[in-house]
Amino acid sequence: MQVINDLLAQLPFATIEQHDKEYTVTVTKEKLRETATLLYSNPHLSFDYLTDIVGMDYGEELGVIYFLSPSRYPSYGLVLKTSTADREKPEIDSIFDLWCAAALYEREVYDFFGIVFTGNPDMRRLFLRQDWNGYPLRKDYDANPALNPVPTSNEALADMENLPTTSIDINGERLKEHTKLFETEDYVVNFGPQHPATHGVLHLRVSLDGETIKKVDPNFGYIHRGIEKMSEAYTYPQILHLTDRLDYLSGTINRHATCLCVEKGLELEVPERAHYIRTIIDELTRIASHLLGWGCMAMDMGSITAFVYGMRDREKIMDIFEETCGGRLMANYSVIGGVMQDIHPNFQKRVKDFIPYMRKMLKEYHLLFTGNPIARGRMDGIGYLSKEHAISLGATGPTGRASGWSNDVRKIEPYAAYRHADFKEMLRTDGLTFDRYIIRLDEVEESLKILEQLIDNIPGGAYAAKTKAIIKLPEGEFRQRVEAARGEFDVYISSRGDKYPYRVKFRSPCMTLVNTLAHIAPGTKVADLIMLGGSLDYVVPCIDR
Amino acid sequence: MEVKDIFVKNMKYEDFKENEYLESYVKELRENGVNIAVAKLDDLINWGRSNSVWPLTFATSCCGIEFMSLGAARYDFARFGWEVTRNSPRQADVVFCCGTIVHKMAPVLKRLYDQMAEPKYVMAFGSCAIGGGPFKKSYHTVMGVDKIIPVDVYIPGCPPRPDAMIYGMMQLARKIKMQEFFSLPKQPTVNAIEKGGDDASN
Amino acid sequence: MFHFSVVTNWIDEFLRAYLPDVWVLLIEYVLIGAVILGVYAVLALVLIYLERKICAFFQCRLGPTRVGPWGLLQSVADMVKILLKELIKINRVDPLLFRLAAFLVIIASICTFGALPFDEGLLVVDFNIGVFYLLAVSSLGVVGILMAGWASNNKYTMIGAMRSGAQLISYELSCGLAMMTIVMLSGSLQLSEIVSQQSETWNIWRGGIPACIAFVIYLIAGHAETNRGPFDLPEAESELTAGYHTEYSGIQFGFFYLAEYLNMFIIAAIATTLFLGGWQPLHISGWDAFNTTMDFIPPVLWFFAKAFACVLLSLWVRWTMPRLRIDQLLKLEWQILMPLALIDILLMALWVIYF
Repeated sequence: MQVINDLLAQLPFATIEQHDKEYTVTVTKEKLRETATLLYSNPHLSFDYLTDIVGMDYGEELGVIYFLSPSRYPSYGLVLKTSTADREKPEIDSIFDLWCAAALYEREVYDFFGIVFTGNPDMRRLFLRQDWNGYPLRKDYDANPALNPVPTSNEALADMENLPTTSIDINGERLKEHTKLFETEDYVVNFGPQHPATHGVLHLRVSLDGETIKKVDPNFGYIHRGIEKMSEAYTYPQILHLTDRLDYLSGTINRHATCLCVEKGLELEVPERAHYIRTIIDELTRIASHLLGWGCMAMDMGSITAFVYGMRDREKIMDIFEETCGGRLMANYSVIGGVMQDIHPNFQKRVKDFIPYMRKMLKEYHLLFTGNPIARGRMDGIGYLSKEHAISLGATGPTGRASGWSNDVRKIEPYAAYRHADFKEMLRTDGLTFDRYIIRLDEVEESLKILEQLIDNIPGGAYAAKTKAIIKLPEGEFRQRVEAARGEFDVYISSRGDKYPYRVKFRSPCMTLVNTLAHIAPGTKVADLIMLGGSLDYVVPCIDR
Repeated sequence: MEVKDIFVKNMKYEDFKENEYLESYVKELRENGVNIAVAKLDDLINWGRSNSVWPLTFATSCCGIEFMSLGAARYDFARFGWEVTRNSPRQADVVFCCGTIVHKMAPVLKRLYDQMAEPKYVMAFGSCAIGGGPFKKSYHTVMGVDKIIPVDVYIPGCPPRPDAMIYGMMQLARKIKMQEFFSLPKQPTVNAIEKGGDDASN
Repeated sequence: MFHFSVVTNWIDEFLRAYLPDVWVLLIEYVLIGAVILGVYAVLALVLIYLERKICAFFQCRLGPTRVGPWGLLQSVADMVKILLKELIKINRVDPLLFRLAAFLVIIASICTFGALPFDEGLLVVDFNIGVFYLLAVSSLGVVGILMAGWASNNKYTMIGAMRSGAQLISYELSCGLAMMTIVMLSGSLQLSEIVSQQSETWNIWRGGIPACIAFVIYLIAGHAETNRGPFDLPEAESELTAGYHTEYSGIQFGFFYLAEYLNMFIIAAIATTLFLGGWQPLHISGWDAFNTTMDFIPPVLWFFAKAFACVLLSLWVRWTMPRLRIDQLLKLEWQILMPLALIDILLMALWVIYF
């Protein structure tokens, strides 16, 4: 695109490659901030959506990869790369003030690779405890369990509250300082790690003024299982097993994404039948996930009956999964090249029975909860998220769409059988809690439409392409974006031509959602915090990976 | 009470597995002999305890969703009277360890267990809670909750089906029915974590 | 009509025939205490079972089925367990207030329960200021809740207790005003007097529109006083884990649990007494055959049937509605219910004067 070319012409110091709609820009770490500022604040085309930050250990050097995208032309992408040769005390300039999403991503990179981002006011580790030895995703990490035994006491409060910062003052001097997260007289309440409303083991430290929330500090890592590190020692088919367990509510979609990414690398032609089946399973998963999300939000607001209704109808989908895939929650269905086995003879009939049933039930949901005056009173006017803020936070999925940000990957980069389906991208403009609530039910409606169009047109033929016994990806970097139930889920695989990946990174849509919560909750009441959590509908194991 | 005499509605002795284990457990418990009057009272107490086990809402990952399914309309563990999920550990009787326990979570789980009032039970739900499961190779996973707290019933699966959980619940009920209120067996000392176990008790 | 006064009078005469007055009084006190406690406990168990079954019905589930026939013994099993559960000794709580709180809550509840007129003669003390007594004693519970929240030394309980304080004290107002409306209509604070006035038409018909408004206000405010959804903010499960009783275990928690259910019944029973004719059967003027048939049903049954109908209504609301937020809760009381109740008192005054 001309605008991008013009923009990149202003970066004479950078190495630029173009591959289709994706530009790769490599700069030295001194020029990173300048480049980032230029990309962000360009009036003609602002790369205002920071999809992800990936840390890399190249062996000699440590690197950071920024995935950027302009929200106006979402199908274009820009990969900004930088690296540092200093493995002892690696430091890279922070860009936290440009994109709201960057603050947490940088903490993640620091946690895994030890790269300090100068300027970021909060350089605590994100997932691991502050007293953890070593940086686990570095290639030279010592995995000896004796170095990091299972802790017997809770993390020290001081570690949670003191924010280490490295900044550079005007004279170029490095300043290391600690700032306090909360004031001494703040009334700080812990929500979590074990708390019924945190949707897993999220730990929210909240300072309150009466019932009003002053500040929210999310703590992660209570379910950090090190999936990315484990993936580096697993073959590609083995990795698939772990992806289901990331965001378990859209497990099949995650697995689909990983399969697509590997297939992209292998340049494997997947039979059309497999595409259709995968798409149908994805949409069923999305419905199941939204039903649970709807129910959990209702439960967070105190309506347990609505939750049970959501779970009841979700069981119908679980039945379909069980018959075809053999698993209820963990379908383990997609494999590289297609799907695990052909669909069950009952599959089409069951799905066709399900569609009118679900439509009927949606009406019931609206009767039970949407129209309820208390529910409306609770949701109206609370938790405003503007479109710009949503983009800056990277709050994809239904949350972003409720704020009017068109970010549906199914439309931007149609994958699998979505190009054959005619469906609308649900968009609302108000960005309030009610919009985030209602957009999920609307999306269920749209998913039913997709199912209706695809279910009768599943083409014949093989359900999976033949693959080699040992799958080796060619050298290079591969990335696949899909629309999971909660937002954009990306898989990034860096391969060195081995049967194991060199580095795998999953973009969690939920981490940005929790960040969103921390941004929009201050000023609301305690009850609203819980409700907002429900309306954002994050899944914690997806964040922690 | 013998294992054979334990009555679980609609389930025969033969329907259960692991009977030998329970037989040996009972034998160990009964070595000192029991007073008849006390035994009758024991039966009443155990009847109450085994039929009213209130779970703590504790779920770390995927298995938690199956736990929710168990509470919902299809499987409905309210039939057993287990649906009074308590959010405060002080009021709960059983922890369902649904999901992986990682290093950072381990002290939290231990503390939750310590906060519960006796008698308390633990069910390890899913392969992660049993022994690390698919995350056995990870640097941050605890290889089974029994490294931290004593476990009464293990329910395998990834995640286990809700039916499996109901079976596990009935096994726990049988185990409770064999206890003696008036002559409690010596509680096993928990060597929480091989190294630094002493710190845990402080 | 069979009244319980027959039984109670007979017991009294029987005792007086053999014993001096002092002993008679003593034995009667003990007897009454035992009966009240017994009925209280049994009623709590029934209510817990009922709630679990009804809630299951609303949620397309079955509810308890396996303990005893139709799961009837489920709450008995719960009671056996909770009686023998460990009472945890917690460091850094205020031990006196911590223990006292649970007792205070249940004592307030029992005292209110004891003053309810179940039947003619089935009433412990027939105060001439019965309504006033009910109001006074039932509001003691909030002190217990505040104590529990404060003494537990826990932030959740603290927030729960503060919410509870704000909520109960606010709703006490419109609750009391709604009761006063009926007092105006009857011209008496004595419960037996209020009930006996309703032998032909219940207050809710007799008082016309003002009484109907007062009834609705009373149901809402009373429901809020029981701390149950949509007004369950003090123990909002998804927000404050278990609210003000987070730190309580064993039977101390059991006290809170029982009191919660019994308070629900007490509110329903007061509504029955004041608005729905207490133990008086349903009479429709002119339908003599119908009225005589209704008279055959014992008054105690009438009382419990009406009270349980109100309980059912309360359960229905609890399992359908989501929870209110604290500012909405207070707004509902101070901006809607209380002004309405005040206007309603005026209306009732006009009604009493002109009809």
